[in-house]
Amino acid sequence: MEATGIGVWGVPLAIFAGAVRVSTPFIFVSLGEAITERSGRINLGLEGTLVFGAMTAYGVAVMTLSPWLGVLAAMAVGACLGLLHGFICKFPKVNDIAIGIAMMQFGLGLAFFLGKPFIQPAAPKLPAIAFGAWSNLPQIQAALNINVLFLIGAALALLLWWAFRNTRVGLILRVVGDSSDAARAMGLNPDTVRLLATAAGGALAAIGGAYLSLYYPGSWNEGISSGQGLMAVALVIFARWNPIGCFLAALLFGGAGALGPALQSVGVTKGYYLFYAAPYVLTLVIMVATSSPTRSLAGAPGALSITK
Amino acid sequence: MIVGEIHAPKSIPAVGIETVEMTMRFGSFTALDHVSIKVPAGTFHALLGENGAGKSTLVKCIMGFYHPTSGQLQVDGREVTIASPRDAAAHGLGMVYQHFTLVPSLTGAENLVISRAHVPAIINWSKEKKRLSAFMETMPFDIPLDRPVSELAAGEKQKLEIIKQLYLGRRFLVLDEPTSVLTPAEADDMLGLVRGMTERGELTVLMISHKFHEVTKFADAVSVLRRGTLSGTGKVSELSAADMAAMMIGDVKLAELDTRLPVSPDALPVLAVKKVKAPDRTGLKPIVIDDLVVRSGEIVGIAGISGNGQKELSEVLAGQRTAEGAVIVKGKPYGATRLETRANNVRFIPEEPLNNACAQKMTVTENLAFRTFDLAKDGSDAIWLDARGMKKRATALITDFKVKTASPASPIAALSGGNVQRAVLARELSGEVDLLIVSNPCFGLDFSAVAEIRARIMKARNAGAAVLLMSEDLDELMEMSDRIIVMSDGKLVYETPTREADVAVIGAHMAGHH
Repeated sequence: MEATGIGVWGVPLAIFAGAVRVSTPFIFVSLGEAITERSGRINLGLEGTLVFGAMTAYGVAVMTLSPWLGVLAAMAVGACLGLLHGFICKFPKVNDIAIGIAMMQFGLGLAFFLGKPFIQPAAPKLPAIAFGAWSNLPQIQAALNINVLFLIGAALALLLWWAFRNTRVGLILRVVGDSSDAARAMGLNPDTVRLLATAAGGALAAIGGAYLSLYYPGSWNEGISSGQGLMAVALVIFARWNPIGCFLAALLFGGAGALGPALQSVGVTKGYYLFYAAPYVLTLVIMVATSSPTRSLAGAPGALSITK
Repeated sequence: MIVGEIHAPKSIPAVGIETVEMTMRFGSFTALDHVSIKVPAGTFHALLGENGAGKSTLVKCIMGFYHPTSGQLQVDGREVTIASPRDAAAHGLGMVYQHFTLVPSLTGAENLVISRAHVPAIINWSKEKKRLSAFMETMPFDIPLDRPVSELAAGEKQKLEIIKQLYLGRRFLVLDEPTSVLTPAEADDMLGLVRGMTERGELTVLMISHKFHEVTKFADAVSVLRRGTLSGTGKVSELSAADMAAMMIGDVKLAELDTRLPVSPDALPVLAVKKVKAPDRTGLKPIVIDDLVVRSGEIVGIAGISGNGQKELSEVLAGQRTAEGAVIVKGKPYGATRLETRANNVRFIPEEPLNNACAQKMTVTENLAFRTFDLAKDGSDAIWLDARGMKKRATALITDFKVKTASPASPIAALSGGNVQRAVLARELSGEVDLLIVSNPCFGLDFSAVAEIRARIMKARNAGAAVLLMSEDLDELMEMSDRIIVMSDGKLVYETPTREADVAVIGAHMAGHH
């Protein structure tokens, strides 16, 4: 422990670094899901979109040697999967949740099928910015080496928060999500708005996948996702459909996930596996604590099928 | 051109309309038969008629939702073709619906701005707010625009709907039963302001209504529809309420209320609610009922604006909402289980019976059997359904309560609102009834159904049932109840015997002035 030079301070530092590292996919998926849900539809298929995005980004990065082209390609296929979900949900009597689960399995299966050739080759990684260059402690340098996608995600959360109030698109999205009838009375077509919102949500979720395969852990294999796409849906509800809330929830979740490895690094050897469950336990506890059987969910979009 | 979209009301004059021989056929059914009405600019015109008389068909033809089979529409004396609601808007015609079309989670200002035809991609709120407040200064209404619409009172929402139409430059407004969710005071306030605008020539109004006192007080002229034809029209000053009622229903005989039997002074309390406390729908405020007693053979009316805890109270009584305190029926604690309900002869008629008291896709016969299907003839638990008995009983009830249905085997959702309500009454009022809890039984029903349903409830009262009647319609409570209790903000705030009741005092308590 003396060798590290910062002792127990390594724990909060590792949690911070872990929060940044682990939260990035959650940020993108939950922001994407926030857009979709604000329009009054749930896309549970984002787990499939995430994995498919991871595969696409990796494959394109391997072939073009440009990680950013990989990200763009992932966004494109993510948007396509979103469009497919939105298109199917346009038909009457189609349940968006059931379609989401089908889309999730479809995305996973297709990604594993098409991704077989990319398990071996190595792809170029996404860049990070070294905010810790001023320090000569390797731990601080490592912790402050912040990936660019995280910064983009933070900016995007702010942008979305602002856009929901101050832009035409944002207001239209909220109108459609709150009341299909009011939207129709205004001459808006709720199905079209939801179709586009689902596509945008899919594109963002695929960026989360690109981060997984191109930055951390930074390789493509079938076990790349550990349910980030599904947990992000829970984060959106926990964040009450607020983009900044999504960002903070993702950070909290990432931080909790880093607890196990951080404790292990300072020499806690017993029971640290239990801490790997911390994010899930935390989510459960928070969901239970902030929900109530006698009161409806504040801030929920009125047209969402789970709030009806 | 964005600035030019918002006009002060005086800068555009009111728009007058006239329908000439307007006819609308759906297949072989004539919904509207050569109806000609004239609404000159700057007047307040009332449109009366029963459900299905063709009021909404006429209005939808004017607003471009329907294309009339024949006949024409004139706007300011010129014939126009209205192909869609958009065309109607371009001619300055607007409509305020019975149900609110504002988006609940958006603020008033957001609702107004997003409803415009051209919204800038990025909204400059400081500029918009300045413009909105300048616009609001020209309006007689005073509404906070910076709060989410869901936080506004019903009267404020209704005013905001009207403001929205004026903001969009509409100067002929159809108001579809605009006061159905307002207190008497809110309704008078709102209609008075609208009336003022018509007198100043800023607005023309066509109001669909069934409240004669509003028509008499605020409208200049009235047109009455019956079964798709114009059955009468004239200046309000020259017509009495009886004349208008005759035009509306023709010579149909309405069911009459039984004479009210006096409540005997030693009538036993059937329902007692003591110190009940339950969270309301939002979970933020509790509803608190300290003491509510309903005796055998009386109707206790609960007045109040919707959303002041009536629904929660009825849920507590139905066992759908857990509460602290005691609900006592016939002297014993009551937990609203099926056994207790049956033992005490408690019956329920919730609001919106199709959603709250029926299984929509099950047949009329099955729905009528909900209270009895699990009882064998000797009163023990039944194992097998007695299909033949159920059918026989259903047929008898359908005849007895005049439920109009294609067959007892039709799904109950296929029935009209009045007939669903009759079917539920048939189920709940057959057999012994000691306690009857009723919520808004006549909402949205026509004259004959309303008269019939009120007569049935009165009959149950005279037969000795204790009746708790929750209603948003004060006229109904004044007609039916022995005592009226006002509920406001989750509490019972005022009680009066109906024969000494003063509508103004009740209204003030409903509005929270107590």
